Amino acid sequence: MNKIFEIPLYPYARSADQDAAKPVRRKVVVVGAGPIGLAAAIDLAQQGIEAIVVDDNDKVSFGSRAICFAKRPLEILDRLGCGHPMVDKGVVWDTGKVFFDDRKVYEFNLLPETGHEFPAFINLQQYYFEEYLVNRARELEAEGAPIEIRGGNKVLKVTDKGDHTEILIDTPEGQYTLEADWLIACDGAASPIRAMMGLDFVGRVFEDNFLIADVIMEADFPTERWFWFDPPFNKGQSALLHKQPDGVWRIDLQLGWDIDKEEEKKPENVIPRLKAMLGEDVKFDLEWVSIYTFQCRRMEQFRHNRVIFAGDAAHQVSPFGARGANSGLQDTDNLIWKLKLVMEGLAPESLLDSYDVERIHGADENILNSSRSTDFITPKSETSRLFRDAVLDLSEHYEFARPLVNSGRLSVPCTYDRSALNTPDALPGGPARTRPGSPCPDAPLDEGFLLHRLGNDFTLLTINTDVPAELEESGIKVGSLSLYSEALDPALAERYLGEAETAVYLIRPDQHVAARWEKFDETATRAAIRRAIGKE
Amino acid sequence: MSLTLTLTPNIDNADDFYADLLAVHEGLSKAESDALNARLILILANQIGDREVLVAALKAAKESTHQPG
Repeated sequence: MNKIFEIPLYPYARSADQDAAKPVRRKVVVVGAGPIGLAAAIDLAQQGIEAIVVDDNDKVSFGSRAICFAKRPLEILDRLGCGHPMVDKGVVWDTGKVFFDDRKVYEFNLLPETGHEFPAFINLQQYYFEEYLVNRARELEAEGAPIEIRGGNKVLKVTDKGDHTEILIDTPEGQYTLEADWLIACDGAASPIRAMMGLDFVGRVFEDNFLIADVIMEADFPTERWFWFDPPFNKGQSALLHKQPDGVWRIDLQLGWDIDKEEEKKPENVIPRLKAMLGEDVKFDLEWVSIYTFQCRRMEQFRHNRVIFAGDAAHQVSPFGARGANSGLQDTDNLIWKLKLVMEGLAPESLLDSYDVERIHGADENILNSSRSTDFITPKSETSRLFRDAVLDLSEHYEFARPLVNSGRLSVPCTYDRSALNTPDALPGGPARTRPGSPCPDAPLDEGFLLHRLGNDFTLLTINTDVPAELEESGIKVGSLSLYSEALDPALAERYLGEAETAVYLIRPDQHVAARWEKFDETATRAAIRRAIGKE
Repeated sequence: MSLTLTLTPNIDNADDFYADLLAVHEGLSKAESDALNARLILILANQIGDREVLVAALKAAKESTHQPG
């Protein structure tokens, strides 16, 4: 049977642009048809902005790669029209077990908060994730939305022309040139665009190799995340076992630094390692084997005039905590509405600088967290190993030590606390989790969930008080959503009122809070809208 | 008001405590003693809890080494 990642989903096809007498100008060209590039293009096309995705390949991700997707990215995908297929296919999990040497030291439950449409995490192979995004892009295309995926299109050169970018592209039928008002580079950690532009990508290298083996097995391991520190079957190193859909299991084994990668990847060397871990009698097939090393690093700035970097091309983290693809989706979520307003002439170009500020803040938070996890998992000095082992030993006996165990701090969205787009908090007693800069937490409504009613445009959300149904400021139409907490699930009041009796929230198109007050004040609201689009 | 690090005598029966500290290490190898000390530090740190006090304690420990010369 053919695997989805072996089928060309967007094979090369000649575009009329290749026969044009002079280079055709496109609105937005997205380089890279991975999770981030596809999400960017869908977001644009859904809002009527032309997006051409070019990729030198023609298939979805080879092998499962990123497998763990968190609540916030799923909410973003839902806004993009493809959150549910992911959850329907994905494996939902919330129990984790931690092992040290030959014993289980403790287990935890993520205890996901109720009153959210989406689970805390799902496991899903990256190839499915990309397939669903491709399906969504095709659906939009069929509806007449301006989106196109060009496989077999490899970018050779980008030239900054001031008010646009010139892109030289190679195809199986020769080269052609495109012009783009804006270029979004989502071409991965090894970003050829970044290299062509001679831009820095500095950070910390971790001297360690990890073996990923995805195996297909009929095993009765439960749907849990199992993490081993220093297990008997991989002495001195770590190991991870995590379930994916279709009976595929992710096994991740730390190998150390001085190894022969080609040798280690051979099935005759991989299989004995897996047998030592799973038991001699467990029958399994290898689906995909890979050896990876990683770095924690980011670009100094993500925007370079009309070329904007997103996802791994802009920042790279260790895999512990699933902060790679998850944070990349938050990049484009942050970028696309700003780019749209700038392209429509409704916001100054400087609004795009807030993308840099906000997402660099996000990248730094992710780099910090994933570096700390890495330091715990792979201690680099005798003393750090001593404390790591002390924490693990104590965690078996005493609850206090368990929060110190760090096998990955799982991806949560960041709050843009210092962003210039925020208006200072003016809701006394309001919950900290919905302060300006926060991503809106979901809450159940009479029908469906709150986040369905927010996003894509600015919205005034009011609780127990009224605002005008629609407001226009600086050409921005702001709709409203009025809710009364008494009639609704207490989660809404808990998440949006706190100690307050009433609340008015200005919500950005990416479902982040821009401002909040106790009561509607037209002058303050108009000022907050201008501030949120970079006009104050 | 936040707590401050106590650097004046505060241990009841200091000599007894010191004897207990040595006794718990008796018969242990260097590696076992090091591991015990690490566990002890973590237990005591949890007892203190307050981050400011912990930061001050780390600083006090680092700064009180003998500078030769």
